[in-house]
Amino acid sequence: MSEPRPLLTLNNLSKTYGDNIVLNNFNLTVYDGEFFTLLGPSGCGKTTVLRIIAGLEDADVGQIHLTGQEISSLPAEKRPVNTVFQSYALFPHMSVFENVAFGLKMSGVAKDEIKSRVIEALEMVRLSDFLDRKPAQLSGGQQQRVAIARAVVNRPKLLLLDESLSALDYKLRQQMQVELKRLQRKLGITFVYVTHDQEEALSMSDRVLVMHKGIVQQLGTPREIYEQPANLFVARFIGEINQLEGVIVAIDGNHQYEVKVEGMQWALHAEHNFIVGDKVNVLLRPEDLRVEYIDAPHVDQVLVGTIVERNYKGKTLDSIIRLPSGVELITSEFFDEDDPSFDYSLNQSVAVKWVPGWEVVMPYETL
Amino acid sequence: MKHFSQFRFWAIGLASVWLTLFVFMPNLLVVITSFLTRDVMATASLPINSDSYLRTLDPLYLQVLWDSLCMSLETMLVCLIIGYPFAMCIAQLPKKWQPIILFLVILPFWTNSLVRTYALQFLLGNQGVINNILVGLNIVAEPLQLLYTKFAVIVGLSYICMPFMVLPLYSAIEKLDVRLYQAAQDLGAGAWSRFLHITIPLTSPGIIAGCLMVLLPAMGMFYISDLLGGAKNLLLGNVIKTQFLLARDWPFGSALSVMLIVLLGFMLWLYYKAANFVNKQGGINGSDF
Repeated sequence: MSEPRPLLTLNNLSKTYGDNIVLNNFNLTVYDGEFFTLLGPSGCGKTTVLRIIAGLEDADVGQIHLTGQEISSLPAEKRPVNTVFQSYALFPHMSVFENVAFGLKMSGVAKDEIKSRVIEALEMVRLSDFLDRKPAQLSGGQQQRVAIARAVVNRPKLLLLDESLSALDYKLRQQMQVELKRLQRKLGITFVYVTHDQEEALSMSDRVLVMHKGIVQQLGTPREIYEQPANLFVARFIGEINQLEGVIVAIDGNHQYEVKVEGMQWALHAEHNFIVGDKVNVLLRPEDLRVEYIDAPHVDQVLVGTIVERNYKGKTLDSIIRLPSGVELITSEFFDEDDPSFDYSLNQSVAVKWVPGWEVVMPYETL
Repeated sequence: MKHFSQFRFWAIGLASVWLTLFVFMPNLLVVITSFLTRDVMATASLPINSDSYLRTLDPLYLQVLWDSLCMSLETMLVCLIIGYPFAMCIAQLPKKWQPIILFLVILPFWTNSLVRTYALQFLLGNQGVINNILVGLNIVAEPLQLLYTKFAVIVGLSYICMPFMVLPLYSAIEKLDVRLYQAAQDLGAGAWSRFLHITIPLTSPGIIAGCLMVLLPAMGMFYISDLLGGAKNLLLGNVIKTQFLLARDWPFGSALSVMLIVLLGFMLWLYYKAANFVNKQGGINGSDF
């Protein structure tokens, strides 16, 4: 792999609507050829970032550089960037062919070339049999693919996708996720994808930026975001997570601490530096917890609780376990060949433990 | 249920009687009269013949028909050129202002159009407001001959017909989805291209409706031509009026009326076809590939 080349940089972007601060000193670098995702709850400013890049909105302050060139003052129609809109925004009075050809026509490409490029783009999204259809005659998934073809046919330096899959049903969305990722690899175009769906973000992206209230919460690979969340917001937003409160009681050495959690003392690893007496949150993913029957011999230290809910999910058995302190833990266990048919009954006492080192310990905060 | 069907019976019955008495019967009388013979004493009498229709094909009357069609088309264009930007402006106003401006557009309907046409006479006359200002400011030495010209008639027709153009245009423009403009802009279309490729095709049903709603009535508005154009038979409506009231040739006046109705019907049919084309097939800017 060669050194990644920055394609797009946003410097100190700020944007307010009235009293509402949408973006606050926002910085971002997107590298050439990557699939970059802006992830956050609705209203976090991610769509505003996208619209500022596209030129459909102006930032109050800040610079936008695309391939080293400042583009803030360029109107949207002059930017080598194309967008796949959430609503698709296909032109209802034009056929599929005319929709896809629109951008090329605007930039004055010769008719023969337009024809071959449009057909090529539509073949890529497997819609070459629908040239003469009107958007209203297509299904949601087909319209979505036309919208993608209409954008990529212009060979933009950067393709912006605004919640582009959110209008599709679950099955189709999953299928389109795979197709989009494949398309991105094939075209080598840089994608900036905006979504509130963390699963989508994790499965498609090279890098993810988690935003909340116009501020960057964490930037990293999907694995980093999921396994080493930078704060409680990221941890809670990306998937489900259990949160246990604890106190540092001793320092064992390099990033090793003795932490008192649920009345017991645990030897835990932490990336942060703590001093004795610090309050901490110990975070555990549901699938990292191991549940065992209480009568099995325990070598390791365990938490004991009672089953208050058990839900069979096909692949997994998801349970809620109440600890004596009243805290409830969510667990998600896969059925495997060792124990293909385990189950619990309500009010059953069980032991809970986790693989040492898979916990995340961070300074105490509440949301 | 019984009450409802009774209500329906009376509602539909009343409307049917009304339409039969005041729309269908008079028109039927016009059609019948058009096949009768001129009779100065008794408005019209037997025998039945089609002489009146043959007379309508006289080059003299075809010329009037052609002239009034041209005049109506000019009126239509004036209304379109002024009305389109105006409708766009209304559609871009804040939502709470739009009904107020639309109300102001409709307000002149509350005054009789004949009265308003006299007001135009007062504006355009040799001693009228416009000429007084122009002479007063020494812009012109002699009052301009504005009244009793074709120009005055077109001003009058455009003024009276403008709301018929603005309202359908407004309702078409108001429906436009701003996201389509953003998509077009994102794909490299500048302001003019967006207007040409998005606004015009998507508002074409409103354009066609507005044009017809101006074109059709304009052909018959004889009183405007009478008051502003002087004693010239500029519109087909004037000729028809003259046949009935001055020449007392009721069969010929009726034949001309029938011809006008058929012509207007044909244009409505064209509108219907065009609207279908726009709605179903989609593109007026069509496939030029």
